[in-house]
Amino acid sequence: MLELAHFQVLSAALFSIGIFGVLARRSAVLVLISIELMLNAVNVNLVGIAAFSERAADVRVFGQILVVFIITIAAAEIGLALAIVLRVFRNRGSANVDDLNVMKW
Amino acid sequence: MTAQLVVFYLVAAVAVIGSLGVVLTRNVVHAAFMLLVALLAVAGIFLVAVAEFLALAQILIYGGAVTVVVLFAIMLTRTDDQPRTDHSQRPLALLTAVGVFALLVVVFIGSDVASVADTRGVGTENETGFEALGLGLFTDWAIPFEVASLVLLVSLIGAILLARNVEDGE
Repeated sequence: MLELAHFQVLSAALFSIGIFGVLARRSAVLVLISIELMLNAVNVNLVGIAAFSERAADVRVFGQILVVFIITIAAAEIGLALAIVLRVFRNRGSANVDDLNVMKW
Repeated sequence: MTAQLVVFYLVAAVAVIGSLGVVLTRNVVHAAFMLLVALLAVAGIFLVAVAEFLALAQILIYGGAVTVVVLFAIMLTRTDDQPRTDHSQRPLALLTAVGVFALLVVVFIGSDVASVADTRGVGTENETGFEALGLGLFTDWAIPFEVASLVLLVSLIGAILLARNVEDGE
């Protein structure tokens, strides 16, 4: 029997894998990919709760609508962030996050 | 019901393996393709939870657009030497990730959400289809929907401005 806990544990697993990627990777592109993983973990959680809620169907669908907005924002974020990474690479010759230490005191 | 559970476990295993591949592989291009695997598996999870529209949107946006953009970014930011892909703070990152996972699982299992949840399970009452989603999106959520389209437009223009080659003459 499929339960809400299944979705929640999967969501927690994807989210922590994403956190590991954000903290452990050096390439800015890989950090951004890991952020996408974390956003997807949130989506899994929202869809799970929307599917298992005992509210009426027209309230329950709000969970899925939130996911639509998160996907939209994630798409905007990855496009803009990769453009910034590209610009940084052109100006500094490196897209590694630990090479960008000009503002580090 | 058990078939549903088997499908869920299969797809969830693919999702977890794919995302582990994203964060563990040394090759940057492999990481992008593992991201595609993980995101398509998440689309499968959406299908198990009877969210057809989201599964389709996930495949179109992530499978189509995001992976291609990421691959282009990898191609354009490639340097000749292949440096190590991981930070020196890797053990600390592993510790943080395991800690966050444990915390999230404890909070999820201990929360009231699970007890409030419908014990009948998914798919018994298939009303949250395209119709309900569309109605909600264009009535209660119409203004956020329009704002989201504006955000997309602005970020598109911003991305073009940032990635443009200024040296080529304006």
